[in-house]
Amino acid sequence: MNWEPLILTFELALVTTIILFVIAIPIAYKLSKSSSRLKPVIEALVSMPLVLPPTVLGFYFLIAFSPNNFFGSWLENWLGIKLIFSFAGLVLASVLYSLPFMVHPIQAGLSSIPKSITEAAFTIGKSKWQTLLKIQLPQIKPALLTGIVLSFAHTIGEFGVVLMIGGNIPGKTKVASIAIYDEVEALNYGAANQYSLILFAITFCVLLLVYLLNGNYLKRFYK
Amino acid sequence: MIKLQLQKTLQAASGTMLLDLDLNIFKGQFVSLYGPSGAGKTSTLRMIAGLLTPDSGRLEVGEEVWFDASTKKNKSVQSRGVGYVFQDYALFPHMTVLENLNFAKAKNTSRKSIDHLIEVVELGELKHRKPETLSGGQKQRVALARALVQQPEILLLDEPLAALDASIRYKLQGYLKLVHEEFNLTTILISHDVSEIVKLSDYVYQLDSGKIIAKGTPEELFMGQSISGKFKFTGEILKIQFEETISVLSILVNTQLVKVVVSHEEAASLQPGDQVLVVSKAFNPLVYKLDS
Repeated sequence: MNWEPLILTFELALVTTIILFVIAIPIAYKLSKSSSRLKPVIEALVSMPLVLPPTVLGFYFLIAFSPNNFFGSWLENWLGIKLIFSFAGLVLASVLYSLPFMVHPIQAGLSSIPKSITEAAFTIGKSKWQTLLKIQLPQIKPALLTGIVLSFAHTIGEFGVVLMIGGNIPGKTKVASIAIYDEVEALNYGAANQYSLILFAITFCVLLLVYLLNGNYLKRFYK
Repeated sequence: MIKLQLQKTLQAASGTMLLDLDLNIFKGQFVSLYGPSGAGKTSTLRMIAGLLTPDSGRLEVGEEVWFDASTKKNKSVQSRGVGYVFQDYALFPHMTVLENLNFAKAKNTSRKSIDHLIEVVELGELKHRKPETLSGGQKQRVALARALVQQPEILLLDEPLAALDASIRYKLQGYLKLVHEEFNLTTILISHDVSEIVKLSDYVYQLDSGKIIAKGTPEELFMGQSISGKFKFTGEILKIQFEETISVLSILVNTQLVKVVVSHEEAASLQPGDQVLVVSKAFNPLVYKLDS
């Protein structure tokens, strides 16, 4: 069995999750505090990947970054970045596609902290940055974990976006979900079953772990 | 000395309200803000702390200008360094009592001063407990200690004892008085409790709908009448019973139901639901000492 698609899948999910974690915290922080008129617009944009067919995102992505138009050729000629049919493109698309899965839990977590707690940190001289790092984030560990795991699992489950902009290049963009499709088309049900079973087991275990941690079920064992 | 002349339009339940204040608080004074909910008391404290930006006016503390709308000066909440105790305690839930206090340390705070604070508010036994395992009164002592770690000159107390029962409140009033004197603070307290204000404060501002409607020493404000030897209670009539020669009113005073005897003529002008003032001579009361 060829392990390459599976390794590529987890590489993509890992890189995507790390990038998302870094960019989702400031977005969630701004959204949880904002009362601006633009807030619903930003919230709608962040949530769009939840309902939008992945092919739509992939299609516009393809058009925007195609080397045949201005922006795509500028990226390729001046910065040497090729986003179509490349791993970097997959990462960028996955980040956009899984954005709500990271932003929503963190935003909900930050909003659930009483205002007086952050204000108490301000009155004892702590900056917003110190307050976020030492007071707010440590209090929403379950929300952070949920965001990380959901983004990771959702990226593993990607298909439409990847197919549209990544294509099916072995070792570069051929992730497990696409490999399964490929094998089924070639009537290799055995190989498809192997990939499927592995994805099935891993995603189940990952989600089970989250529910065990967040539900405090594990505390019974290490108390 | 705090010279405060500030205006702020607030969104109240009944629409917008203009908070318009002009008050001077002397160094070392213990001042109370008294008045109904929504009068602007908390907003006043928040403007002093820097948590709420006034629309206009000027705030001066000592020689320093903290806020001046005309020059756009607004000192940040972090650098004002006031002690603030919130009504809901606002302890950091993921830290122990000691960690809560240590987190409040500034660079120049010594270990010793934290030890001293723990001693003053008697938290030694609870040092390593998390806030969720503490009682309301214990949490409030932690909140008070945390507000004092940086040795502020001004301590702001937003109804710190409102959620506690009477005996604990009584004890904590003692701590407030103690720290006020021990640390040479200028303290501003929001309270609904007249006995608390009388016990603790040197001066009272009474607020209503964003304006100061009365000010003076607690004695001037609250005790003008009672020195004449009368008890006065306000209450609500729940029931009127007409007996043969008299009428019996059942009146709810705070949480206590009392029965008061009046003549038929007096009762005729009253009906259940009326708010009434009950006055009684105080020349022969029974007085019992309570264990506190």
